[in-house]
Amino acid sequence: MPRKITYIEAVNEGLAEEMRRDPTVIYYGQNMAMTEKDPFLKEFGRSRVRITPVSETAQIGMAIGAAIAGLRPVVDLWMTDFVLVAMDQLLNEAPRMRFVTGGQVKVPVVFKMGYGFVAGWSVTHSNCWYNLFNLAQGSKLVIPSTPYDAKGLIKTAIRDDNPVFYLTPWNIIMLTGEVPDEEYTIPFGVADIKREGDDVTVVAIGWMVHRALAAAERLAKEGISIEVIDPRTLVPLDKKTILNSVKKTGRLIIVDQAQKTGSVTGEIAAMIAEEGFDYLKAPIKRVCALDTSIAYSKPLEEYIIPNEDKIIATVKEIVKK
Amino acid sequence: MSQEYEKLVYPTREKMIWMYEIMVRIREFDEFVKRSFEEYPGMIRGHTHPSDGEEAIVAGALAAINPDDYVGGTYRCHGITIGRGVPMKLVLAELWGKKTGICKGKGGSMHLCDMSRNLLPACAIVAQGIPHATGVALACQIKRTGQIVLCFFGDGATKQGAFFESLNIASLWKLPIVYILENNLYQAYTRVELEDANTAAGENLSVKARAFSMPGVTVDGMDPIAVYRAVYDAAKRAREGKGPTLIECVCYRFSAHGNAIVAPPMPTWFPKHEAIEVYANPREYEEWRKKDPITRFKAFLINIGALTEDQAKSIEESAKREVEEAVKFALESPFPAPEEALEDIYA
Repeated sequence: MPRKITYIEAVNEGLAEEMRRDPTVIYYGQNMAMTEKDPFLKEFGRSRVRITPVSETAQIGMAIGAAIAGLRPVVDLWMTDFVLVAMDQLLNEAPRMRFVTGGQVKVPVVFKMGYGFVAGWSVTHSNCWYNLFNLAQGSKLVIPSTPYDAKGLIKTAIRDDNPVFYLTPWNIIMLTGEVPDEEYTIPFGVADIKREGDDVTVVAIGWMVHRALAAAERLAKEGISIEVIDPRTLVPLDKKTILNSVKKTGRLIIVDQAQKTGSVTGEIAAMIAEEGFDYLKAPIKRVCALDTSIAYSKPLEEYIIPNEDKIIATVKEIVKK
Repeated sequence: MSQEYEKLVYPTREKMIWMYEIMVRIREFDEFVKRSFEEYPGMIRGHTHPSDGEEAIVAGALAAINPDDYVGGTYRCHGITIGRGVPMKLVLAELWGKKTGICKGKGGSMHLCDMSRNLLPACAIVAQGIPHATGVALACQIKRTGQIVLCFFGDGATKQGAFFESLNIASLWKLPIVYILENNLYQAYTRVELEDANTAAGENLSVKARAFSMPGVTVDGMDPIAVYRAVYDAAKRAREGKGPTLIECVCYRFSAHGNAIVAPPMPTWFPKHEAIEVYANPREYEEWRKKDPITRFKAFLINIGALTEDQAKSIEESAKREVEEAVKFALESPFPAPEEALEDIYA
């Protein structure tokens, strides 16, 4: 019997299941498990569930060490913005460890963090820094957009033998969705076609999957058929599903909450330009956050972030061609 | 054995001979590494940091722990690697970028590692290996393995956030780790009093331990017995679940920080120590050379009757032979196939 649960409940269910299954999984972070009432603490105890001080470099670096020595740490880092103080550990250490030692070590760590909090958090707490994580060969990058995907993917992330950036969009953590009772995992590198269509392929990431689906619903009423693809994992990227879709539609729009310049959308666009240029009937378009900082005031913030209207306008721009 | 020996030291004679051998082997290896910039130009690429002068710390510290304990270090890692028992030939092959190197030629001098000996990946970014070693100690604690971790780093690292963050957590959680601060008085090219508030105030660096409510001691890092005793006590404490210790080993490197940093096609070389080249203070360098840890330890061992001149000579010759064999091995070893650059990225 499928149940309806929230995105955040799905993440926690997946994590708890893995902690039950594998005693080497540990879970720590700031401002968590503070009292004995905490469900993780109650079930798994203080040895495996720990509060850390505000020390991202140590939190991340220690997870690397603990992983090398045989544990599977899940580190809750709250926001991608907070890990900027510890970039050496995230980019130069964790993903490089296996390579630099000639394959002597495994680093099975999950760096769990929210991103892109669009609710008046202003410039320092609303960013989508995963374009940085996309650069670090040796690690993987996961962004689930539904409770179902969130649960299946965190289980796969914990079982993976490499560092995994597991990113949750803050704006949809209270979203509910169906999750089956029985156990399941979702493999990395398999995109999900969230809606099938023929006229335009829209690749959307995280929260933007929902805005793309809403836009597709409105466009369907006007006779325009949109295929919405959620890559789910950006590293590894399921190129095949995107290429096949573009082969069918001939048109590609990439929707992302991150700023356009230097973003992962550029990589997806470049991939299609390199490997699927002949399929294209119109230029590739990107609907991203505007190239500015995320502002505090509501009208400013709304203006910056992609929305249904912007997606619809972009679709109409290229379906004419 | 003399009466003096009975009173003074803890290691067995066998252990002390082992320590002496380690020190001589490190010295011979790094003397060759420096010569190799002239004898085999172009073979060592990038930046290389010899451990000569600091051998007593490696020998004393490693003698005080078990073979299955973990050891983590920095880019100045030739000493702990040889001390941990990695054959010189695998180290030199790595320094020369050969396929037979301990890390298949992917890491070079700054990133040595041998997990079969629980020698953790050396971390070449200042202080960033401290959290790694601390995390290994967390794993030892959670898995209740009874192992401890020795974490080596330099004086420069104690100005990094990674040092403060890690030592705070290690003390808070009583992790089984011993922090070995090799204070060689220079952070790369900068003298320690130019960047350290404790030194500038006339205090030891070990006072930093106070900030984490953990024991901090300062020992003569040119004396392997002094290092051994401090690490022995700290290791015991760590194993008993009482938490970490910070041990400052005051020492002096006999080489410059590393080979000269030049851009191709200019060949690199090994410069003189910063005391001479930067601070025009050759006297400081000469004074420290008089405290050579190997000369001192040898005299001590002979004095107490633990070692003869002949034995000492044989240890030296054996180390020289090992270097020669390593050179032959590394020269004959192939370079990796270029495509190996795409291996070992993911597990």
